[in-house]
Amino acid sequence: MDFINAILLLLNYIIVPALTYGSQLALGAIFVTLIYGILRFANFATGDMMSFGTMFSVLLTFYFQSLGINLGFLPTALITIPFAIVMMILYMLLVDKFVFSYYRIKKSPPVQLAMVSIGVMFVTQALVRIVIGPFDRRFLDGKKFILKATEFKEITGFNEGLTIKSTQMITIIITLVVVSILFWFLNKTKTGKSMRAYSDNEDLALLSGIDPNRVVMITWIIAGVLATIGGVLYGLDKSFKPFVYFNNMLPIFAAAIVGGIGNPFGAFLGGYVIAFAEILITYAYKKFFIYLLPEALEPDSLMQLLSTDYKFAVSFSILVIVLLFRPTGIFKGRVL
Amino acid sequence: MRQYANVISAYIIMLFLIVLVGVFQSWNVALTILNFCLISAVMTMGANIQWGYAGLINFGIMGYTALGGLAAVLVSAAPVKEAWAAGGFEMIICLGIIVTMVFSIRYTLKKIDKSKKQNYIIATIIIVGLILLRVISGPATEHIEAINPAKTGFLGGLGMPILFSWIVGGLFAAGLAYIVGKVALGLRADYLAIATLLISEIVIAVIKHEDWLSRGVKNVIGLKRPVPYELDLQNSTWFINLVEKFYSRKLELIQSLSEKQVVLNQLVIDASSVYVKLCLAGLFLLVVIILLIITQKALYSPWGRMMRAIRDNEEAANAMGKNVVKEHLLIFILGSAVVGIAGAMMVTHDGLFTPGSYRPMRYTFLIWVMVIVGGSGNNFGAILGGFAVWFLWIESAPMALFLINFFTENLSDTNAIKVHLINSVPYFRFLTMGIGLLLIMRYKPRGILPEKIIKQ
Repeated sequence: MDFINAILLLLNYIIVPALTYGSQLALGAIFVTLIYGILRFANFATGDMMSFGTMFSVLLTFYFQSLGINLGFLPTALITIPFAIVMMILYMLLVDKFVFSYYRIKKSPPVQLAMVSIGVMFVTQALVRIVIGPFDRRFLDGKKFILKATEFKEITGFNEGLTIKSTQMITIIITLVVVSILFWFLNKTKTGKSMRAYSDNEDLALLSGIDPNRVVMITWIIAGVLATIGGVLYGLDKSFKPFVYFNNMLPIFAAAIVGGIGNPFGAFLGGYVIAFAEILITYAYKKFFIYLLPEALEPDSLMQLLSTDYKFAVSFSILVIVLLFRPTGIFKGRVL
Repeated sequence: MRQYANVISAYIIMLFLIVLVGVFQSWNVALTILNFCLISAVMTMGANIQWGYAGLINFGIMGYTALGGLAAVLVSAAPVKEAWAAGGFEMIICLGIIVTMVFSIRYTLKKIDKSKKQNYIIATIIIVGLILLRVISGPATEHIEAINPAKTGFLGGLGMPILFSWIVGGLFAAGLAYIVGKVALGLRADYLAIATLLISEIVIAVIKHEDWLSRGVKNVIGLKRPVPYELDLQNSTWFINLVEKFYSRKLELIQSLSEKQVVLNQLVIDASSVYVKLCLAGLFLLVVIILLIITQKALYSPWGRMMRAIRDNEEAANAMGKNVVKEHLLIFILGSAVVGIAGAMMVTHDGLFTPGSYRPMRYTFLIWVMVIVGGSGNNFGAILGGFAVWFLWIESAPMALFLINFFTENLSDTNAIKVHLINSVPYFRFLTMGIGLLLIMRYKPRGILPEKIIKQ
């Protein structure tokens, strides 16, 4: 009985939140990794591009709500995602045409492109703040919980409740669907294969007749889809605040590098690695041990390795350790 | 002289702009802008040493700035005796443990061959050390933070003049740069950027949440100043006489004695804050000039030539027998130390330390915009970049307001779009910075004042 309670505790406070957060990071990390693999630069505008896409979703949600359109128990934001994706892709293609393509054709070093992406970051951040403002916005509607702690306790009779928010379920399901489609696309279709070839060896790919412009365009389109979905899911689960999105860029980078940059599957798993590490190390295990250990051995302290203030620091430390001991990332990306 | 024409004209334009602000807004605002321009110039010089001289990308500027600020607190804040009594001893033991950990890790790295055994030993040292640290420091921090938490709740500093902290800040930053450099300098450019950015976030997290050290997000206020206080000035006769003499012509026009006194009082209040800012500006200018002389000498010395050679062709320089790794580490430390000095200067200027205000946008990316816009590899360019970009950063909000009013003149004042735009005026500075950076990168990729190689 105590054993099951302890497991439930972990499930409620560690596994479900970490899976959700990890999914959100994973989408962003695949975005970073794709841009890095195919366009060959570290995109510092990642977080702000995600907030740009989410901004449209938020605005459309408010508009649809005023029209009375909704999805019943599902959040309205889900219908707005396709529209937001279209706007996001348009913005990305515009930015690519007016900013990035010049440096790509000139074959500038990656550092210069990274600097340029900082310019894009400033502009995107300004646009988001001018259009929607820097404030915290919640745009979740519909049913909030799939399973409430009190209901769960009543049904099962355990001491520990299990809460599953609808946003957590939605996040995990949508991420799995999107990522499966993406891997199917990259591995099975001709376009996907040509993208991988281009990422692997640009010259050889060009020699075999792959159109670079098309590859770049499709990369931005996929990036737009990933950025918007990742951003909206994060916003639904927590809330939409431009500054937070900018900060999220850091764990996303960490996830992409830990997974092996340029390797989408690595980035996907890297997101979960970072999320689990952050939550596992900053969780207070006191209650967990109280369930498991006999009374004499029960701990007095919180049994917390690091306080939650250091959540971000954990993921960065992991990144530093990975860079030191396995610079290609856990799942063999490029050599850095 | 001719080759310096563009440098001189650029600086004259910059000074003219600041004077314009003084005439049209107020001298107080103009001097604040000037002071921050000077501080930014020191930061850009630090970043320029790393990026312009050696091609090392450092996105951790925020971390070194914050360390400089921390140094200002630790040097100048008054020591809290009760806190030292409550937990000072334990904290010193913790410091000892950290030092022991570092040295024992170094010892293992040197004495034991690279193998699994080495890794296990290092891991054991770290884990045992961390557990010891937690056990000892846990209760001690609680005791320290419990002492008068509204006012102190930290160990306090050394109570020395704050000017010392400029040197100490540089040393702190150099120490951090040594560690970061050892860990991260082997990485390729864009990874170095990401790694330094993340490490600076860790530094900020530590400063924000270790309350016993510098009160964390509760901020340290009322740090001592190296210059007189406004209130003292307003009460000292020599200053009032000075102001009276300075404005004698204006005061003569006023007939009634009481009215004259009121005007004089107001003038004294204004003049006192201007005087304080001028004193600070003098100090900052001194630092900028000293650094400029040193960096110019370094840039055109054999050492500077070697750094450029390493930057332009690492393999060739290596083949010529230059120790690239060592030189990279050295320049990384030097540049970071300069940034640390700037961090201490900034806290000195404000008189308060607010860890919550350290954000990468303001302290890392903005500084990078300054370096790129000014001209990397050119010290005069870096300083100009600091001036120009900081000026734009401050003045783009008023300019945006002016433009919005100009273009929406035909709309009524209650028009939703106009109101919305006017409310979001502060964010136009990001737009200005971004577009400025993009334009410079596209059309003048080497900056306003590009690097000049003087052939001897």
